[in-house]
Amino acid sequence: MNLHEYQGKIILKGYGVPVLPGFLAYTPREAQKAAVNLGLVNGKSTGVCVVKAQVHAGGRGKAGGVKLAKSPDEAFSYAKSIIGMNLVSPQTGPEGVLVKKVYVEGGANIKHEYYLSLIVDRQRGCISAIASKEGGMEIEEVAEHSPEKILTLPITLESGFQEYHSRLVAKFLGIEGPLVSKFSKVFKSLYNAFKGTDCDLLEINPLIQTADGEFICLDAKMSIDDNALFRQRQAFNFLDYDEIDEREIRASEVGINYVALDGNIGCMVNGAGLAMATMDIVKQAGGEPANFLDVGGGATKEQVTEAFKLILKDAAVKGVFVNIFGGIMKCDVIASGVIEACKELKLEVPVVCRLQGTNVELGKKLLSESGLKIIPADDMDEAADAIVKAVRGK
Amino acid sequence: MSVLVGKNTKVITQGITGKSGLFHSKGCRDYGTKLVGGVTPGKGGTEIEGFPVFDSVKEAIKETGANSSMIFVPPPYAADSIIEAADAGLELIVCITEGIPVQDMLAVKSYLRNSKTRLIGPNCPGIITPDECKIGIMPGHIHLKGNVGVVSRSGTLTYEAVGQLTKLGIGQSTCIGIGGDPLNGTNFIDCLSLFNDDPETHSIIMIGEIGGNAEEEASEWIKQNCKKPIVGFIAGATAPTGRRMGHAGAIISGGKGTAADKYKAMEAAGIHTVSSPADMGRKLAEITSKK
Repeated sequence: MNLHEYQGKIILKGYGVPVLPGFLAYTPREAQKAAVNLGLVNGKSTGVCVVKAQVHAGGRGKAGGVKLAKSPDEAFSYAKSIIGMNLVSPQTGPEGVLVKKVYVEGGANIKHEYYLSLIVDRQRGCISAIASKEGGMEIEEVAEHSPEKILTLPITLESGFQEYHSRLVAKFLGIEGPLVSKFSKVFKSLYNAFKGTDCDLLEINPLIQTADGEFICLDAKMSIDDNALFRQRQAFNFLDYDEIDEREIRASEVGINYVALDGNIGCMVNGAGLAMATMDIVKQAGGEPANFLDVGGGATKEQVTEAFKLILKDAAVKGVFVNIFGGIMKCDVIASGVIEACKELKLEVPVVCRLQGTNVELGKKLLSESGLKIIPADDMDEAADAIVKAVRGK
Repeated sequence: MSVLVGKNTKVITQGITGKSGLFHSKGCRDYGTKLVGGVTPGKGGTEIEGFPVFDSVKEAIKETGANSSMIFVPPPYAADSIIEAADAGLELIVCITEGIPVQDMLAVKSYLRNSKTRLIGPNCPGIITPDECKIGIMPGHIHLKGNVGVVSRSGTLTYEAVGQLTKLGIGQSTCIGIGGDPLNGTNFIDCLSLFNDDPETHSIIMIGEIGGNAEEEASEWIKQNCKKPIVGFIAGATAPTGRRMGHAGAIISGGKGTAADKYKAMEAAGIHTVSSPADMGRKLAEITSKK
């Protein structure tokens, strides 16, 4: 579960991580008020504030989603330009995301900018810290062009977080003298926040050193492990329905994995790997998948109906490809679920149904006797060709 | 021979009194697995569907002589169950449970580093040696005894590969689902190395998916060590970046973990890749008949 910058900072503050004061604003008027609250006055040089788009994507600065304002009026006009904009960055994909709110934060006197993050290191099977002097830059870019500027430091569970971890990172970042212990305090708080809230990613870019030798997190990208939400109940307060597809919310309520895509062929599959492979084969056959959908290994007839409803909520869908390998799930149960859903939803688009596995003959028999125009198929490639052809024929 | 499980494997189920635990324990027993009992804390001394139930893994081992376990315990308690089983000295643990917090798995991994126990999974279909032993939730009847080793991060996609092979009359030595989580116990290299050393395994199907770099690491290992022909498929060539595709581990992040990168690594290692999931069985038939 991805958090917004402002949400991450609420959590970090609770762990004693230094962040700047700031306010969330949904309208330019609120942004203006926030600037006043941060001590800015029109017509006087009383400092600066930063107006930042709150979306679940990085690369906001380059995309025009972060602006420096010198007065409440400027904060108003920047907020006006950012709220409602379609922000396009490398992380959003070409379609971009709509900005619905901004975070207005105080300014700081920046001396140095660093990159610092904590991740669950899949390769090493531990938590790793990643640090670089190239703060403010996209870490992927740094990794590509100058990997020597990045330090990856594994922190094993056996050792836990120790001061020497801080000393190593500080040295790499060129932090010296009495600043090391200040840095260490911030680093340790970040580690505690990472562990304490079941993060799978906590990225501070940039972490800054101010002119008077303080370390402050200017940005925060935090992601909480979905599997740990049962013990991170407070995270539910941070669910942002503006950022999640309505169908994906419905899917998670009924225990289905669903990801909306741009195509017109709806896919209903059991198992995540097979669901991905089904998207791939649709594309190879010349079609475009409308979604990723995994009904789960032991899905019921009701879930099959729910899955159909989800797929058909997408107006772009011109055909449905059902691809089920019945293991635990028996093919006759799937077939009757498909038939019921087609009848209940008065399905008008073509459906190709490919069943394999347990009770496959019985399943096929049910489909052919249903009187519905469901195109049966035995193999995946044959089924993909059939659905692509059926959708084109319309 | 075959790898990891066979006629002498004796299995207990942790979480045997739960709905899925019991259903699949019966399924394994029906297949012919020596499923000798189960563990549910607090229900020790009872019996369910002919399976004796114990309070702890230690007691279960003492009474039944089990050397392996299959775990169906819900996610909040699954890490506890894995560590209990390892602590009791079992050789093999197959964890079916999906949804274990990744930081719990960090604890499991660090515990297992100093233990002789092998963990398969979590979030996996399990392992099967056809006609001998099935530990997991896969449909047994689609398998055929033979000489192809199958290793995969996905469940139903493994069934798909096995189904294709069996339809072509090609049997399998052992099929292992290593699971769709970012952190797992047994990885591709572990399985490939077992297959490489197993005289019963003549060729291999390896099924990966987007996310992480386990396939790249495995390809590097294959280049140096593996002498057997391998067919490879990667799911998720059309998956968008930054989105989790069902499996917790299936996510392209920071431009890393794409299907294209994995295919490139596989091809550089001499793996016979297929871009269509419908071609896994056909390709294997093709390369092995040429020999």
